[in-house]
Amino acid sequence: MDGESVVNEERLKIVEEPINVEDVIQQVAHPNAGAITTFIGTVRELTHQKRTIYLKYEAYESMAVKQLSVIDEEIHKRWPEARVAMTHRIGELQIMDVAVVIAVATPHRAASFEACRHAIERIKEIVPIWKKEHWDSGESWIGDQKEKVPYLEGHPEKEMLE
Amino acid sequence: MIKILLFAGLKERTGKSSLIYEKPSISVAHLKKELQKVSGLENFTGIMVAVNEDYAHDDVIVNDGDTVALIPPVSGG
Repeated sequence: MDGESVVNEERLKIVEEPINVEDVIQQVAHPNAGAITTFIGTVRELTHQKRTIYLKYEAYESMAVKQLSVIDEEIHKRWPEARVAMTHRIGELQIMDVAVVIAVATPHRAASFEACRHAIERIKEIVPIWKKEHWDSGESWIGDQKEKVPYLEGHPEKEMLE
Repeated sequence: MIKILLFAGLKERTGKSSLIYEKPSISVAHLKKELQKVSGLENFTGIMVAVNEDYAHDDVIVNDGDTVALIPPVSGG
């Protein structure tokens, strides 16, 4: 099982250095893949007229990797032939920097789009990573997935965990 | 001894990245009530609890040696 866990560590990870998109793709590429869908999440400058200068991501790293593996298992239940790789960067990121890269390989394209969408939506729901936005007008921890409510007033969406 | 990890705004508000709870076992619901006595943790709205890296409901029992984490709403991606 050592081999399996090493592979797992490669496919699902939290890093502090810039993410190489090609490396993530290579982790899922295989001869029976007919499609590889990638999602690249980047740092946006403007959110509702607020101008972001930079942001910081913090993670509970060991649990974050564990929750990535929960998402990986969800995908394998729904799309058994899918291969998934997910890398999320933490630390200080500038505008346009890549924060997260997901690659999903499947034999046919429809499943790879669907599974990739599932992966990013679930990352925003269950993976313990927090974003602190530093605007030109101040700073705040962002507290919900829709980026509307700072978490001090945020409400848990427990049904997301079911 | 139960270790409690704090992150993001909770870490800033309390000025601490972890707390120690000395009793051997306690339910998540009871532990939340105890933690609300800590300065900076009075408002638990939106906070989820993880026990040993899995999300845990209020009725889960936390035992000696477990690691608890207070998880504010996440904002990765």
